[in-house]
Amino acid sequence: MSFLSELIKLVYQVDGDDFTAAGSASSDVKRIMKQLGMDSEITRRVTICMYEGEMNMVIHAKGGEAFVEIDDEKVKILMKDKGPGIPDLNLAMQEGWTTADETARNLGFGAGMGLPNMKRYSDEFQIETKMGEGTTVTMQIWLNGGKKVA
Amino acid sequence: MTVQELAIKMEFSVAAGAKAFNKEVCGCYIGDLLSRVISRSKPSGAWITIMTNVNVAAVALLSDVACVILAEDVEPDPPLIERCDIEGIPLLRSKLDAYTIACGLKEII
Repeated sequence: MSFLSELIKLVYQVDGDDFTAAGSASSDVKRIMKQLGMDSEITRRVTICMYEGEMNMVIHAKGGEAFVEIDDEKVKILMKDKGPGIPDLNLAMQEGWTTADETARNLGFGAGMGLPNMKRYSDEFQIETKMGEGTTVTMQIWLNGGKKVA
Repeated sequence: MTVQELAIKMEFSVAAGAKAFNKEVCGCYIGDLLSRVISRSKPSGAWITIMTNVNVAAVALLSDVACVILAEDVEPDPPLIERCDIEGIPLLRSKLDAYTIACGLKEII
């Protein structure tokens, strides 16, 4: 018997610059995964990936959209924004490097861990960015045989 | 040890989330950078911080920490108190610094 009888598709609009509502999409995905009885470690990794993506869209891109698919084999997260794009991806992937402004830093953001965490906690990570057009991040977390991340 | 027992022994004051005081506490994490906290803290741990904005509630919820302990007598923002009450996140306050709180936790947990 399969884990899910059908593919679950979730879509979220993430508001830009709204720090008070930040994390609501991540919370909803976590709640649904718990209701489905999914593995707690898989849920934790999905939650971290979602939250980092959500916060990046709030802080840097004036919001965007998140698409989540859950099936028998994986959780797939696609996060798409129409922000300014990332000028130097190599720098952006380095832990500790950030362009978050003072407002975001004062709230505890801007650790420079966003993209590195998304890559670290997903089994597959892809990022496409174009200056002036936006950034799309795709992450997949496998339900079986994926990474063990401390 | 429950959050309630911890709060009594360490003389923490309660800012919010009293309805979830029966949660079990195990270990702690000290940090103010939210990306660090969400990826490094452990479920059922106590999170010690000096951050007081509403985003603390979101990270506490996503991380499954047992409680948040505000160190150095910092005052939580009203939206944080409100969110912690709604979500059932125990929010505690202490006059002690993070190191002293962590040492105290090690003694009693």
